[in-house]
Amino acid sequence: MLSIKNLHASIEGTPILRGINLEIKAGEVHAIMGPNGSGKSTLASVLAGREEYEVTEGEVLFQGKDLLELAPEERAREGVFLAFQYPVEIPGVSSTNFLRTAVNQVREHRGLEPLDAVKFLSLMKEKMKLVEIDQKLLSRALNEGFSGGEKKRNEIFQMAMLEPKLSILDETDSGLDIDALKVVSNGVNQLKSPENATIVVTHYQRLLDYIVPDFVHVLYKGQIVKSGTKDLALELEEKGYDWIKEEVESKATV
Amino acid sequence: MSTLTTQDTFNSILESAPKNFTELRSKGKAQYLSQGLPALKDEEYKFTPIRKKIEQTISRFELAKSFEVNALDVKAAIFAGFEGSVLVFTNGKFIPELSSYDTTLTVNEITDQPDLPLGSIAKAEKDPFVGLNQAGFQDGIAISLPKKSKIEKPVLLLSFYKSNEGQVIQPRIWIEAGDFAEASFIDLSVSMDDSPYFVNKVVEIKGGVNSQLNYYRLQNEGKHVIEVSNTETDIREHSRFTSVNVSLSGDMVRNNLNLNLIGSNSEGNMYGLYLLNGKTHVDNHTNVDHTIPHAESNELYKGILADQSRGVFNGKIFVRQDAQKTNAFQQNNNILLSEDAIVNTKPQLEIWADDVKCSHGCTTGQLDEEALFYLRARGIDKTQAKGLLLYAFAGEVLEHIGDESFREYCIALVGDRLGSKF
Repeated sequence: MLSIKNLHASIEGTPILRGINLEIKAGEVHAIMGPNGSGKSTLASVLAGREEYEVTEGEVLFQGKDLLELAPEERAREGVFLAFQYPVEIPGVSSTNFLRTAVNQVREHRGLEPLDAVKFLSLMKEKMKLVEIDQKLLSRALNEGFSGGEKKRNEIFQMAMLEPKLSILDETDSGLDIDALKVVSNGVNQLKSPENATIVVTHYQRLLDYIVPDFVHVLYKGQIVKSGTKDLALELEEKGYDWIKEEVESKATV
Repeated sequence: MSTLTTQDTFNSILESAPKNFTELRSKGKAQYLSQGLPALKDEEYKFTPIRKKIEQTISRFELAKSFEVNALDVKAAIFAGFEGSVLVFTNGKFIPELSSYDTTLTVNEITDQPDLPLGSIAKAEKDPFVGLNQAGFQDGIAISLPKKSKIEKPVLLLSFYKSNEGQVIQPRIWIEAGDFAEASFIDLSVSMDDSPYFVNKVVEIKGGVNSQLNYYRLQNEGKHVIEVSNTETDIREHSRFTSVNVSLSGDMVRNNLNLNLIGSNSEGNMYGLYLLNGKTHVDNHTNVDHTIPHAESNELYKGILADQSRGVFNGKIFVRQDAQKTNAFQQNNNILLSEDAIVNTKPQLEIWADDVKCSHGCTTGQLDEEALFYLRARGIDKTQAKGLLLYAFAGEVLEHIGDESFREYCIALVGDRLGSKF
C-alpha cells in the first residue's frame, strides 16, 4: 500500500529525514518510535503533505501513485489520514459543516453521491459511538475550547467519518489519561480492517498495549535504525533509547 | 484633473444652496471654509487622500438631481426575505410614491421641517464634510418614532444614486426616537450605473431614554464611488444603540461613526466588516465618548483585504473623568490576502476616569496556515478551505445583524465574494 524509498526531507535547509525506507501492506499496523527530535513527526507531516517540509530525495508510492506529487487535499481524498498531534482550533467553523464538506469532497473523489443532511447525520451518530464523543462538542466550533482528550477523540472521530486507507496517528497518546487512551485505542482498533493500514507514531510503548503493532521501527537521526515486532517496543520501554543510540554510534565509528 | 483651490472646489455647491435653513447653512459654510477639504497633513485624514480623490474624480461640482425610478427598480434592489418599511430615495430625495411604511413612523421631508435641530448631534466643527453637508444639503428626511413605539420590522432606507459625469450628492437624515422606542434601520445604497459620484451623507440619530436602536449599513456601490458618511448618535439612560457597517465596494469610502454615551446604564455597539479587493479604499473612523458612569461600549471591526486594497481603522474611546465604572472594549482584526494590500490601524484610548475596564487590541496577518493545512488534510480543497476560514472570520461581525433577512443577504454577498474572488 505504501512504499517509502530513501526519503530525505528538510525544513528551512536543515535535513531531518535522511533516507527512510519502509514498506507497509494492507491490514498491517506499524509503530514508529524513537527519541525526541528523531524525525517521527516530520515523517508523518511529509506523508500528509505539510508544505514547510522540502523533500530533497527519494520517493513515496501510495497504492502505486506518487504521493509526493499530490496536494494535501488530494492525499486525503486518496485515503491518507493524519491524526494531528496538535489539532487546530478553528473558531467560527462549525464541526458539523466542516466534516460534511470534507466527507462530501472525499466521496466525490471516490465517485460516490454526496450525503444529504439526513444521511450525514445518521452516519455521524453511528461513528460518534466509536469514540464516545458527545454531540454537544460537535455543535461547537471546530476544536474550539476542547480539552486535549476531546481533541484527540475528535481526530479519531474524523478518521472514522472519512474511512481512510492509511491512517497516521501522530503522538495521539500524548496528553491522554489512561481512560481516554483506551477509548481512542478502542476506536482505532474497531476501524482496523484487512483493507487498511495504520502508522502509529509514538514516543512511549504504553499506547502499543492497546493498539498492537505488527511491526515496530525505531527512528533515530532521520533513519530507521532498527525494526522488529511488538517485543522491540517492550524492550525500548524497559531499556530506554540509549542502547539504540549507542548501537548506532558504534556502527558509525567502525 | 481639477486645478481648483480648496475653497473653490465646492464653491458652486455652497453658492447654489437652497434658501431655507439659512442660519444653519451659513454656520455650516463657515465651518467648512475654516477647515477646508482635508489634506494629507490633516491627522484625521492622513491615510485617506480624500481631497485628491475628489479633485481627480469629480468633474462637475453640482448636486446630482433626483431622477425617476420605478417599482421594478425598487423590487430588484430589495433582498430576498425582507419584510418591513421601505423608504425610497433618489440622489438623496425622498420618493413617497414608492415608499411604504409602518404608520407608527412619522416621515417628513427635511425641507418641510424648518424647526428641526439639525446639526445639534453631528456638529459641523468636528469634520469639514459635516460642514459641507450642512451648508449645501438639498434633500433628506426626518423620521420620528413616538414614545413607547416598537417598530417590529426593520426600516429600509433604500437610496438610488445616479450621476452625470461625476456629481455630488448630499443626503441628510434625521432620526428621532421617543423614550422606550425600538427600531432597526437598514441603510442600503444602489448605484444605477458605473459612473463616479461623490456622496456626502450625514445621519443624526437622537435616541430617547430606554430606547433600542439598530443601524445597519451596507456599502456595495459602484467601483468609482467616493463616499463620506458621518453618523452620530446620542445614547441616553438605559438605551442601547448598535451599528453594523459592511463595506464591500467603492473607490474611496470614509465612515465617521460617533457614539455619545450621555446617559448612565447605556450601551453602544459598533461592528464593522470591510471585505475589499481591487483598489478599493475604506476608512472607518469611530469615536465613542463615555461622559457618564456605568455605560458600556463594544467594538469589533474586521477587514479582509485582497489585491491593492487599503483599509484604515481608527477607533477612539474617550472615557471622561465622570465616567466611572465604564466598560469599553475594542478590537480590530485584519487579514491581508495580498502583498500589495495595506491596513493602517490605530486604537486611541483617552481615559481620565480611574475605575474603568477598557481593553483594545488589533491584529493584522495572513490567513492561519496551520488551520488551512488542517482543513486540506481532511480533503477540503485549498480555495474552499480559504473560503471557510475567511467566512468564519467575517461571520463574527455579521452575526450582530439582528434582522435575519438582511444578515442572510450580507452573508450571501460575502460568501459569493469569498468563493469567487479570493
